[in-house]
Amino acid sequence: MPMTEALREYFGHITDVVKTFWEGMTVTLSYMVRRPITVQYPDRTAQRVADTLPSRYRGLLEVDINVCTGCMACERACPISVIKISTDKDPSNLKQRVIAQFDIDESKCMFCGLCVEPCPTGAIQHTREFESTMKSVDNLVFRWIPDPKNPAPFYRPVKGQDAPRAPVGEILRQRMAKADWTARGGIFPVTGPERKG
Amino acid sequence: MRITLGLDSTSLTRRYPRLAVLATLFMAFVAPLGLYIGALVFFPLNTPERLDAMAKQWLGFDLAASHYRHLVYAVFLLLVAFVAVNFTAVFGGVSTWVERRVAGRMQSRIGPNRTSAAGFLAWVADAVKMVLKEDTVPASADQLLFRGAPYFSMVGLLLPFVVMPFGESVVATNMNVGVFYIMAVTAFVVVGILISGWSSNSNWALFGAVRGAAQVISYEIPAGIALMVPVLMAGSLSMQDIVRAQGGMPWDWFVFRNPAAFVAFFISVTSSLAEGNRTPFDLPEAESELVAGYHAEYSGFRLAIFLMVEWANMWIMAGLAVTLFLGGWQVPFVASETYKAALGAGLVPTPSWFGLQALSMLVFSLKTWGLVIVFIWLRWTLPRVRVDQMMSLCWKYLVPGAFLCFVVTLLWQLLVPPLGNTVTGVVLSLVAFVLLAKFLLATYRNIGRVKGDRVDLTNW
Repeated sequence: MPMTEALREYFGHITDVVKTFWEGMTVTLSYMVRRPITVQYPDRTAQRVADTLPSRYRGLLEVDINVCTGCMACERACPISVIKISTDKDPSNLKQRVIAQFDIDESKCMFCGLCVEPCPTGAIQHTREFESTMKSVDNLVFRWIPDPKNPAPFYRPVKGQDAPRAPVGEILRQRMAKADWTARGGIFPVTGPERKG
Repeated sequence: MRITLGLDSTSLTRRYPRLAVLATLFMAFVAPLGLYIGALVFFPLNTPERLDAMAKQWLGFDLAASHYRHLVYAVFLLLVAFVAVNFTAVFGGVSTWVERRVAGRMQSRIGPNRTSAAGFLAWVADAVKMVLKEDTVPASADQLLFRGAPYFSMVGLLLPFVVMPFGESVVATNMNVGVFYIMAVTAFVVVGILISGWSSNSNWALFGAVRGAAQVISYEIPAGIALMVPVLMAGSLSMQDIVRAQGGMPWDWFVFRNPAAFVAFFISVTSSLAEGNRTPFDLPEAESELVAGYHAEYSGFRLAIFLMVEWANMWIMAGLAVTLFLGGWQVPFVASETYKAALGAGLVPTPSWFGLQALSMLVFSLKTWGLVIVFIWLRWTLPRVRVDQMMSLCWKYLVPGAFLCFVVTLLWQLLVPPLGNTVTGVVLSLVAFVLLAKFLLATYRNIGRVKGDRVDLTNW
């Protein structure tokens, strides 16, 4: 009976259309009342995104200058010479050596972590901060001695005691929070030697 | 130092969140409200007799005897046209935003939500961007036709507004061949598509245009025959008469008045989707095959006009379906004849006339918006059909189906007594209600099918 078969096929198509419309429309409508998976970075997240990253995330470098021994191990370890440290003697107390300059060019840093490993006190650490957009690239030279006239003394490690390092990320976050990303030389003032390249 | 341009909406809304909310509320409610009030005031006045009567009553001026009366009539015509043109532009814009938000949500995204509150003004930003862009004409294009094509599409979009009944008396002209007129003038859109595709001198554009022509000409047939069903039921081609033959409650709507009309409603909506080049029938601009189809070579303001026509056409399609099948502007519980009798007898105060008009416009707009959202929802549910599938759907299924509906309606009108209409109306609307409930239940069950998903309306 090819006639009835053809008819069955014809009306089968129509019922297929109705059924698939029904199925498809219920599926799409159901998504109207579900929560979209979109995360509204950067300003409408429940937490700062940096705080949600894993603790071993290698973000921007931070130096706690109060526990820096001035050993320059990080400068030597850096494969691309991103870190620039210079030391000096305290004019008022010639026995006391001081760190006169501690610059990290975060725009060049490749976040390899080789500088963190040799640090004896954990003064230099990767943070979980990553939002480093600046209008001027010079702002990405982070100067951990903001004023060369006010250098920091070398830290002497005490045997059997951990260095009293500030919580990782605190210092950087405070300085970034005060920063105006559009400013030129605002966060970490450009007062040292000219940036190369 | 921060430099902000006056038009930099991101920084403006950051700085003054209240300003953003106010601007959004203004654009979302006050501007459309102005258009509706404009329609309410100018549309009913748009006949020489009414203008003459108004001038005599309020100004004590005999306009009919004046030399300048045609000038006054022309000014009122222009006001009506102004309201209609702005209505299409605002509707086209707002519907793009609605579409993007609905699409986003259906794809588990959010959609534009940054420009002003809820991202509502994104369509204004888009329109400004489009207008500011360079309007280029390809060197090898037919200059005159290329420049002229958007006007045809635009005219095809605007002309149906002449007979679109927004409310009880809110209609630019109550033409006695309204449905026929709409079928005739909407073909202008495809003339614009053909001209743009031909004059672009581009393979993609020409393919798109030819597809558009084939599609629209094919689907005119089922659309026209399906539209004949309510015409037969009302015994008139006038849009207003067809609405008046229906009632406010669902069982008074033509779609439920007889089984053939119920089928004809779906045939007519499918065909009008195809005529309006909406997905799943957007073959003339199938971006995976034809770049952008007939408007591939357009940019700037002319492209904006093509896109606006495409979106604002949804109002025509939905408005036509609402008028012919879904009771149009009929307000539930208020029969317009009873109201007119009460007004004539002085039982209700005269200003209530405006109330009825506003209410009927609200009813019409809500129904039309509902159908527009269904069109949007369809677009994000169905994939695009192939050309041969589109043609076989039209010629094998819709055309015979529409003819069958036509014949059944003829017989129904002859054989079934008026009581039968009412009974069918109640039964079919109950069936539709049960189907709707089942549909919503199925939707709710679908949410539970994905582990961990539940009804959650956060994250806008």
